[in-house]
Amino acid sequence: MRADLLASKPDGLDEAIAAVDAFDQALVAGLVRPQPAQAAGLAHLAEAVAGTPLASRVAEATEKAAAGVAGEDHFVALAAARTALLGAAHDALLAQVHEATGRPASAAEAAQATGSEAARNLLTAARSWLSDLARVGWQGLDSDVVAGSAQVLSAMLPDPSLRRLAVLLDGFAAELAASCPGATMERFPARRWADLWSRALLLTLPGGLAPTAIENATGRLLPLGIDLQEHATAVQVQVHAVFEPADGTGSQSSGPRLVRASVSAPKPDTVLGAGLWQMLRPHMSLLTAVSEGRAMELTDMPLTAEGDLIWSDSRARRGDPADPFATARVVLPTAADAPTAPLGRHPARIAVPVFLEGYAVGKDNDTLTLTVAGHPLAVDADRIPVAGPLTPETIAASGACIGLLRWDDGAFRVQPLAVETTIKKKLVAIHAGAWAGGTTDKDGVKAEKAATEAIVVLVERAGRLLRK
Amino acid sequence: MPEWEKSSTARVIPPARPRKLAKVPFVELADGRLQGVVSSGSDIERVYVSSVAADSIYSFGCSTNNNRPCGGARGSFCNHIIALINEAVLQYGPERVARYLRVEVEDPTAQAITTAMLATRPSHLDTKAAASVFSRFLRHLAYLELAATTEPLPEMQWFPPTREVA
Repeated sequence: MRADLLASKPDGLDEAIAAVDAFDQALVAGLVRPQPAQAAGLAHLAEAVAGTPLASRVAEATEKAAAGVAGEDHFVALAAARTALLGAAHDALLAQVHEATGRPASAAEAAQATGSEAARNLLTAARSWLSDLARVGWQGLDSDVVAGSAQVLSAMLPDPSLRRLAVLLDGFAAELAASCPGATMERFPARRWADLWSRALLLTLPGGLAPTAIENATGRLLPLGIDLQEHATAVQVQVHAVFEPADGTGSQSSGPRLVRASVSAPKPDTVLGAGLWQMLRPHMSLLTAVSEGRAMELTDMPLTAEGDLIWSDSRARRGDPADPFATARVVLPTAADAPTAPLGRHPARIAVPVFLEGYAVGKDNDTLTLTVAGHPLAVDADRIPVAGPLTPETIAASGACIGLLRWDDGAFRVQPLAVETTIKKKLVAIHAGAWAGGTTDKDGVKAEKAATEAIVVLVERAGRLLRK
Repeated sequence: MPEWEKSSTARVIPPARPRKLAKVPFVELADGRLQGVVSSGSDIERVYVSSVAADSIYSFGCSTNNNRPCGGARGSFCNHIIALINEAVLQYGPERVARYLRVEVEDPTAQAITTAMLATRPSHLDTKAAASVFSRFLRHLAYLELAATTEPLPEMQWFPPTREVA
């Protein structure tokens, strides 16, 4: 990989981010009684989209917000402007990634389908809560404002078609609740909360939750590694893999392409570590295949234009052994990256599988770095799940790495999914998600046992106390 | 490392630490209280709903899920409340518990926090909290019954795990 190409900044990136920051500061103080500094921040955002089709709506929204009289539609327009800027940043950064990896970008676009308008009342209620948040601002947070989300959340969580928004709002509201009262906070995660706020707001719009077009995929799935995401009350596991279509299937091309398979569930906050794998394991046979180092054969598995497989165990069967490092060395360089849906474009969404080897391991302050093609790439070791055999120490002693290239606050970093290292003169592969499908590792078995006990207690308590 | 204020994936809440749930299946720092549920040692149908408020006089409460007051909580903290504090310290770390309850102790441990609160001779009984704590516990349990999905949740990219402990 030409990691050196990741060192430069795309043209206009700083300017776009500066406009985003200006708006984010306005949200810190809230838009009930905006001060001149906030009005200037809003104007900065409006100016940044002045040459786009959003210009007039955002200008109007800015004017209303600066006067303290913004309505929901105005907040939506502001969120849209912010999203558009970060979408442009995403595209520029991804172009840079494609140059560095030398892999073909998919020529296809992930057009969003038009969705049904189910649950309109809940979406309206969510939008109203988000508008209240923008008015009080992060500094004005109190437990009453945050509690305004509780009812809409309880109604949304059980509905699978609203799960995406519900899980976002749930994680967001928990952070806000833990930060109350806002007046006593010394600093604010301004970028993050404005990200969550604007994403949630756009998802409440008609079509916001609609999936991208779906085709049926038949062929071989070669796993690369596992990425875990969690907040207190939700967990998602994504398997990154290369899909090799069987001859003649797939409308886009018959070449290999990068895909993801996801499984997620809401959870009580005391289900942690190995408990996360246990909750998800029964719902996706692919996790077992990954732990066993196998490929899977897919038959008519739904696949979105964004490269997301909508997994169903009945459409997959166990394949031959397949070494992810062989996949990374041989197939990954020819695999096409999946496009991102227009509204999904954001630098935080960048998670591009890469294969690195022949690097020098170093340290920059406390951060591990892998120097590839003369460019030190920071390692995001904090994202490695605790319930797994991969540790920062293993990475420091590694010679090859499958990872996800990510971007946050001005720099690319690599999140290791697996490394090759030499233990007792033997080359071994160690995977972050090795325990996803179960494990015989001594520490793993111990972690599994503790997690099982926790889940058993909660299930017993639920069985006895719920519905009484 | 990214600057916290300008990071899309800034960690805001430290993750809970794993603990054994048999005795105290639920504990949380919420609504201005340390609150939770303690399973009865003698009757599997019964739980105690216990709480201590971060209100400087440490108003406390303990009653069963059938609204019977706990006999041990007359005049001072009962064993359920003490168990609750111990488990909260395991789950959230002693610093966070002490900070939330606004207990000032040099070297916070479960025992130091409990001793500091008892030294103020807490006597104010708060019987109002129980109903809401119990319903929050049921809501917490209900998460177990929500179905898993294999549709992607792109926004979970904003919620990476962390190896740091509370």
